[in-house]
Parts: sequence; structure tokens; C-alpha cells
Amino acid sequence: MISQITRSLLKLKVNTPQQQYVRNYLGYTSGSKSDKKKVTIIPGDGIGPEITSSVMGVFQAAKVPIEWELFDGKTISQDLIASISRNKVALKGPLYTELLTGAQSRNMEIRKALDLYAHVIPCKQMPGIQTRHSNTTVDFVVIRENTQGEYSGLEQTLVPGVVQSLKIVTKEASARIARYAFEYAKAHGRKKVTAIHKANIQKQTDGLFLETCKQVAKEYPEIAFDSMIIDNCCMQLVMNPQQFDVMVTPNLYGNLVTNVGAALIGGPGLAPGANVGERAAIFEMGAHHVAADIAGMDKANPTGLLLASSMMLRHLNLDAFADKVENAVKKTIDSGKFKTQDLGGTTSTKEFTRAIISEIESQQ
Amino acid sequence: MFSRVSLKNIGSLLHRQYSSTTRVTLIPGDGIGPEIADSVKKIFSAAKVPIEWDTVNVNAQTGVSDEIIDSIRKNKVGLKGPLATPIGTGHQSLNLALRKTFNLYANVRPCVSIPGFKTRYDDVNTVVIRENTEGEYSGIENQPVKGVAQSIKIITKEASARVANYAFQYALANGRKKVTCVHKANIMKQSDGMFVKTCREVSTRYPSIQYEEMIVDNNCMQLVMSPSKLDVMVLPNLYGDIVSDLCAGLIGGLGLTPSGNIGENGTAIFEAVHGTAPDIAGKGLANPSALLLSGIMMLRHMGLTTHADNIEKAVLTTIAEGKATTKDLGGNAGTQAYTDAVCAKLLNQ
Repeated sequence: MISQITRSLLKLKVNTPQQQYVRNYLGYTSGSKSDKKKVTIIPGDGIGPEITSSVMGVFQAAKVPIEWELFDGKTISQDLIASISRNKVALKGPLYTELLTGAQSRNMEIRKALDLYAHVIPCKQMPGIQTRHSNTTVDFVVIRENTQGEYSGLEQTLVPGVVQSLKIVTKEASARIARYAFEYAKAHGRKKVTAIHKANIQKQTDGLFLETCKQVAKEYPEIAFDSMIIDNCCMQLVMNPQQFDVMVTPNLYGNLVTNVGAALIGGPGLAPGANVGERAAIFEMGAHHVAADIAGMDKANPTGLLLASSMMLRHLNLDAFADKVENAVKKTIDSGKFKTQDLGGTTSTKEFTRAIISEIESQQ
Repeated sequence: MFSRVSLKNIGSLLHRQYSSTTRVTLIPGDGIGPEIADSVKKIFSAAKVPIEWDTVNVNAQTGVSDEIIDSIRKNKVGLKGPLATPIGTGHQSLNLALRKTFNLYANVRPCVSIPGFKTRYDDVNTVVIRENTEGEYSGIENQPVKGVAQSIKIITKEASARVANYAFQYALANGRKKVTCVHKANIMKQSDGMFVKTCREVSTRYPSIQYEEMIVDNNCMQLVMSPSKLDVMVLPNLYGDIVSDLCAGLIGGLGLTPSGNIGENGTAIFEAVHGTAPDIAGKGLANPSALLLSGIMMLRHMGLTTHADNIEKAVLTTIAEGKATTKDLGGNAGTQAYTDAVCAKLLNQ
């Protein structure tokens, strides 16, 4: 689905030699595929190694025809970026970023290096998971601008005790993310796109984002469009989440809305996500939490990453395998017999993974 | 800086200033404002609160008058109903004018689950303390070239320390156990970093209050999953705006959320943050609870704790019994019947 969206976006573009290059580079013009696709895998920090092992184990059991290229992601080396550029697809655990000091976020470094401009996070309730919101429908998708806004990294101390941070919003990046959101809505049979903003206060930056979304919306008359201020959006999310369909957001608001969304469906362990650009797509948990408190204790819930890996298989046109993984995960959860500690149970990561594997094996 | 707003000074200030009958500015506001302000006056009078109201009428048409500024300057305490936002009138919004004139640097929004009004959450008891003068709302924006806009977020050590101090003082004065500094200093290492470092420094002066830090996205997630983990939160402007509305959502919306704006030199303005509800204005149907709860916050701020406790008890019992609640709380009583029920409880106490 995601590759389909990227393709339709490329079709929209003017045919410059550079874009022609991108298209050929992506291999969209040739139908040939080797039987084993290579995928970069970065286990990451905290619970990352445990949950990525879980995916690798499940893929092995499902006989998914891919080969992993493993990188630890401690630093974002040229080799790592080259690997993702070559494979165009990666699966990634969370990478921890230090507070106050230290290097820029490695998650951001990867996104910037590969221009992964869209963060796609579907927040959909699972019938097997009881939450405070089980009696209502939670089924929305957050499309978050991933390259600029509050994450520009442009900060400085003007005089001691006075710091400024620049938020940058461009028409180009806003149009690009808005178009992605509408293409996503079209491809997934969604009805409405809501732009989330704070244009009543940040009239120029968020104003530009909102105006651009409005303009792009005109190109998609079949999809409804509205907008909502971010503070009201968060209140509405916890009161009436059923009103949301596709949301398109600047960088920071997307980060917050995604975390509210993951919480509504039962926690950070459950939501999948993808960082998508024209050159590559990286699949990971929808809300990155390294969960240092339970790291290495075999307690993490790998569901979010498993669902992300299923999104990845669809992106690779391996739909049958994607279904196999997704169904096994959902059946295991719906059985109610295997609950990791975040869902109030005592099932370990390994036991949960084994249950999914036996589900897959029983289907084969 | 710190000495001016230290707890000891504020405490003695409060006793000196509010020991006898005090005048308080009342701005009823637009829409349902006059009805709910009237309800508050009746209930305060039934509770024998030793204050006199100095009522000033302001609306979107009149804009900000000298009368209102003078009244608040003199009384130092105000209670305010909802105001319609002036659109295209050329008037500066009253909220902005008051914030600037009185340097209202902290916005305080307690959110408590109300027994009798069922939501998905019955375990919310948080207070959001939001820095209200700088950050993302600096208003410094431009478009250096067409199609590229920038907005400057300003964080100063001074403003961060001022709001952090207030948060700890609030925690002490209200028997709270913990202050959580909410930030995004993993990404905005310098600006939010300054806020975090300053909160850390200030926290060392309040050893009896537990202190923790939380990244804002995680904070949003925790609030939705297990709000009982959070107590007092102190946040920069934008995060405070978002998190306070999220918390209001948990307890059922803005109809039950009080709010206070705290300034330097003891000035404070308390308000209902909901809208003017023009559809039901003048019909006697409005729910005065948010303004009433804001009034209770005001009494606590003035050191009139017993009166605050009495009124709060009467309001909460009335809502919990559910016999005289307004439509938005699932009942069918009007403003008058609800007000009478609360007054009756007060007379029986």
C-alpha cells in the first residue's frame, strides 16, 4: 500500500531527469525481482533487540523470503545508510536519545539522511485488548511531517539565560505531506483528512501549513477535509476518538497525537508505524519508547513491531506473508491466553513469540 | 527574583491582604456569563464568604477598558466568565491584555474526576501549571523567503524559574506530593534543556516534594493510560496548553475545569475556560460549575480555605447525588435549581 502511494505521488510529479532517475532507482519500471529480498534490520536500544528477535523468529517460521542485513545502529554509519538506500526497506527498533546534551537523535539522523518525510502511524483498536476506550471505535491514521517544524535542530543561546529555538515550516514540505495524506486516504478507502495545527497562535508557520493543506485538499474533492487546533484535538481524542479518520500534522503535534493514539488502543507496545520517503521506507513501532526499565527482562510486547513488519511485507508486495503474520498476531492476542505485562499478564516476550509461531505452524 | 515569589512571602502577603472583607473584581462576560456569575454570587453569599464583588461588564464590543484594569489593579484578585473572542473589531483580546498588564505568568488548571459524572476515567487528580508568557507563543514569526516560515520559541531561565517556583509552592500549599517537569529536551536540547535544568535547580530547594521529569509525548501517553501516576505538572507554554486540554478531556470536558492565572505581586485572575455557549444563553440552562470551581480556587488562593472547602463539598455532593444537575451533566435541572440545591447544602452544613 505504501509503495502504491509513493508510486502515485511520483506520477503526480513533473518528469525531470532527476525524478526519472528516482523512479528507475526505485525499480518501479522493472517488474523483475530476485526471490529473496534483502531488508536492513536495526535492533536498536532498550527492548529493541528482544522485539526485533521476535520478528525474526516469526518470519523464519512463516518462511518469509527475505534476508536480513543487520546493523546495531549505535552510530548512523555510511554503511548503514548505504544498506537502507540499496534495500529501500528496513525494520528498526527504538533508538534512545539523550536529554539536554549529546548527539542529535539518531532516529532523526536516519530520517534526514534518507529524506523519510512521512511518518505513518495507524491507531486501530484490537478486539482482544481491553482498554478504557473499548466501547467506542478507535481507527485512525496519523500522517506526521517528519523533516522540519520544531525538530529543525536550530537552537542557540542569545545571551546567558535566553535560548531560542527555530521552528521552520515550508510550503513545499507541507504540500508534500498533505498530498501523502490524501493519497493514503484514497488508497485505503478513508473518507476524511483532518489537518492538526495551532494557526490561531502561530499564524505564519502553522498558518502556512494549514493554508497549504487547504489548497491540496482541493485536488481531492472525493475526500472530505477539515482542521482542528491541536489542544482541542487532544481533548477530542480522549473524549470522542471515533470522529477521526486520517490526520495530517506538523512534526511535534504528530508526535503527541501518535502517543495519545497508541495509549487509546492499549499502549506503546501495540501501535505500528512507518517512516516513508521516495527513496526508502523504514518500519518500526508507532510510538518509540525504549522502555529501559524492562529492557533485557523478556517482558516487552513485540506486537507493534510485528504489525509494522506486516506493513513492511505488504510494502514489499508479499501480501500472503503479511496476512500470515498479522493473522497469527491477532489470533494470539484475541485468544486472551497470552498477555505481556503491559496488558496486565505475565507472558514473556519469548512465550508470546512462541505462541505466534505455533499459530503460524498450525496454519501451514 | 526568587525571594520576591518565595512561599514565605506569599503566605504572609495573603494573610495581611485578605484577613478582612476584601473586594474582588467580577467580570461576568458574554453569553451564559451573566447567569453563571449570578449563580456564583448567590452560592458565595450562602456560604458567607467575606468578599465584596466589584462587578465590571466587559464584552467583545467594549473591549478592554481602563475601568477593568484599575479594578483588578486595586483588588488584585478577579473572577472572570467566558468572553467572546473579538474577530475583526480591532480590539485586543481581553485575555491577552490582562496577561500582559498583570504579567500573569502561570496558568493553573486542576483536573479532578468528579464523582457522579461518569467518564472513562475516575482516577484523575492532576494540576497543570503552564508557563504563560513565552515559549512557542512569543509571537515572533516571519517568512524570510516566500514559502518558508519561521517561528521563534524563546525560553528564559528567569521565566522558567518563576513558573517552577510557583509549581513547587502550589504543591506545598495544596498538600501535593510530586512535581513533574514535562519537556522535549531530547530534541530541543537547548531551549527545553534550559527549562529542565532550571526546574531541576529549583526542585533542590523543595526537598519535601518529589521531583521527576517526563518527555511530553510520553506524558500524553501516560495521562491517557494511567493518569493517577501524575500529580502536579509544570510545562512550557505550548505543552501546557495541549496537556491541560487533554486532562480536561479525561474528566469530561471544559464544563468542570477551573482555571487560574497567577501574576507577580499577588495578582491572580480565575476563570472558566469554556465558551460563551450562545445557543443556551439567557435560557437559564447553563452549568455554572466551572466558574464555581474557579471561584473555589480563588478562595484557596486568598487563604479562605474553610469557605472554599465548604462550597466545594456542597457542589460535589450536589453533582454526586445527581438530583439537581444541568443537562450537560446528565440531569434536567436549570441553573437556578442547581444553584438552590448547592445553597441548601451550604445552609445545612
